[in-house]
Amino acid sequence: MAEPGLGIRIQGLHKRYGTGDTAVEALKGVDLAVAPGEVVGLIGPSGSGKSTLLKCLGAVVEPTGGRMTLGSDLIYHDGWRIPDLRALRRDKIGFVFQAPYLIPFLNVTDNVALLPMLAGRPNREARAAARELLAALDVAHRAAAMPSQLSGGEQQRVAIARALINRPPVILADEPTAPLDSERALAVIRILNRMARQYATAVIVVTHDEKIIPTFQRIYQIRDGRTHEEAGLGRMLE
Amino acid sequence: MISLAGRDILHASGKFIFTGVGLGLLIGVTLSMAGIYRGMVDDADTLLDNSGADLWVVQQDTLGPYAESSSLYDDLYRGILTVPGVAQAANVTYLTMQVGEGARERRAMVVGVVPGGPDAPGQPQHLVAGRHLTRGHYEAVADLMTGLRLGEQVRIRRNQYRVVGLTRRTVSSGGDPMVFIPLKDAQEAQFLKDNDAIIHQRRRTAANPAFNRPGQPGTLEAVLASQTVNPSVNAVLVRLDPHADPDQVAGEIRRWKRLTVHTRAEMNEILQAKLIATSARQIFMFLVILSVVSAAIVAFIIYTLTLGKIREIAVLKLIGTRNRTIAGMIMQQAVGLGIIGFMVGKIAATLWAPIFPKYVLLLPGDAVRGFLIVVVICVLASLVAIRAALRVDPAEAIGG
Repeated sequence: MAEPGLGIRIQGLHKRYGTGDTAVEALKGVDLAVAPGEVVGLIGPSGSGKSTLLKCLGAVVEPTGGRMTLGSDLIYHDGWRIPDLRALRRDKIGFVFQAPYLIPFLNVTDNVALLPMLAGRPNREARAAARELLAALDVAHRAAAMPSQLSGGEQQRVAIARALINRPPVILADEPTAPLDSERALAVIRILNRMARQYATAVIVVTHDEKIIPTFQRIYQIRDGRTHEEAGLGRMLE
Repeated sequence: MISLAGRDILHASGKFIFTGVGLGLLIGVTLSMAGIYRGMVDDADTLLDNSGADLWVVQQDTLGPYAESSSLYDDLYRGILTVPGVAQAANVTYLTMQVGEGARERRAMVVGVVPGGPDAPGQPQHLVAGRHLTRGHYEAVADLMTGLRLGEQVRIRRNQYRVVGLTRRTVSSGGDPMVFIPLKDAQEAQFLKDNDAIIHQRRRTAANPAFNRPGQPGTLEAVLASQTVNPSVNAVLVRLDPHADPDQVAGEIRRWKRLTVHTRAEMNEILQAKLIATSARQIFMFLVILSVVSAAIVAFIIYTLTLGKIREIAVLKLIGTRNRTIAGMIMQQAVGLGIIGFMVGKIAATLWAPIFPKYVLLLPGDAVRGFLIVVVICVLASLVAIRAALRVDPAEAIGG
């Protein structure tokens, strides 16, 4: 269990869409905590509220109540406590998507280095940091390639590098293994675990993928807008 | 700072170049239209310059030899010469007609001038080959655009003229090249009737008892002789003394001779504001339409390219890219497309200008203005795509 004030911690998070009779309560008091260096699974049937929770965690949808702490920062408490959500997403949250969504007109290095470049870091410095991450993810040999020249697994590793480039305290991974076969899917989870430990990042993996569910030490199952914590098997990692 | 727009253009260079070439041809047409207008204005200026006149004396209440028909007696110039401030005065006729015959027939403005050197008003000012008109009949000086060569014979009405000189950039306000011939020949060409008409006129005159009275045999011959002589010209071109005031001299001639006199400024106004005004408005309308079409094409292309990147834009927004970075990327792409288009258009317009039948004058100032307009159009055209991009919800990048 995460220590309060570290990683990410959510208490009593609510999200309601619409008003009056047509209002839909998507999240009904979600509690969740992930420690730095920990990878947890978030599973649940379609319509259970997984995506809504991810959007709230990603600061692209505003909850209607509750409390969220990221690292030592309180970011939501019955209202956003951070004025610049764009900067919050850029500096504090890493995203890995179902498809890698790499920028097709940038090579691998620049895809990873883009965020710090846009934040004003010198290009040379940003590219050096990107190359270091690519080496850690075993894709340094594709640094000059364009995304269309990479395999699915390589693209996903580049996407993970992009998510890590700003050393965020949390990474949100939305079905990151969906398009991959078992071997590559497990490789991605191994990488996420390694990176989480190496960079002390809390990782939340939303997934339906039966192949990877047994790999988590802890799992949050979301049903009817509420989370239920379960112990995972953590098989692959042992 | 990395240039997202530049990278995207390089990545999709084929698409951008093909679109830029298409847009460039449209811009080339637009620049050519502006060049045609400039050419018309320059032709008008050249027409006035080549006449060598400071004042144009024409029939009362007419707009002069280029815009309206005008008829004056050919001895009026003597009286004009007596007006203080007048240095030279010369009769001139202008008639646009077909010259030559068969396959070599072409449209030209035949100018009747008093034979003399380049100092006389109405004469072509600069020759590129040969000499000026020196004889009273059957010689011609032709503009190079007529295709005539030195020593060649050219038929004008019934007579053959030998080309003794060649000149250039002497064109009418309509862009027809000029052929200079002696004044007497030009008067004959302008007013000459065909043989049947002359015979019928003689018969009618002879049958008229007023002209063919018994006991007065000389009357009929005198009347017939007067009918075959044409004493009319279209204008008198006046050159002033160096320090004479054109408005003052024009006022004197108007007052004493009861004629209409146009100064250089007035003639310029007639040519530009009246003669080519309709064409100028026509060209302006084309320019407006072409600009709108160009804007629509740029807007459509940039909008389509942006829609093709909606998911990437959502990801960019989700991971914290500023709106102004995304807007800048789209705007830079639109301007990049405009720059490619302008370069292609400028090259195309320069290459095809010489093969236009009328003079196309491409001024550097118009190119600069055209470039700025293209940039403004591209910026405006990109706004639709920017609006679409900025409305993308970053949450779209997250599935579900």
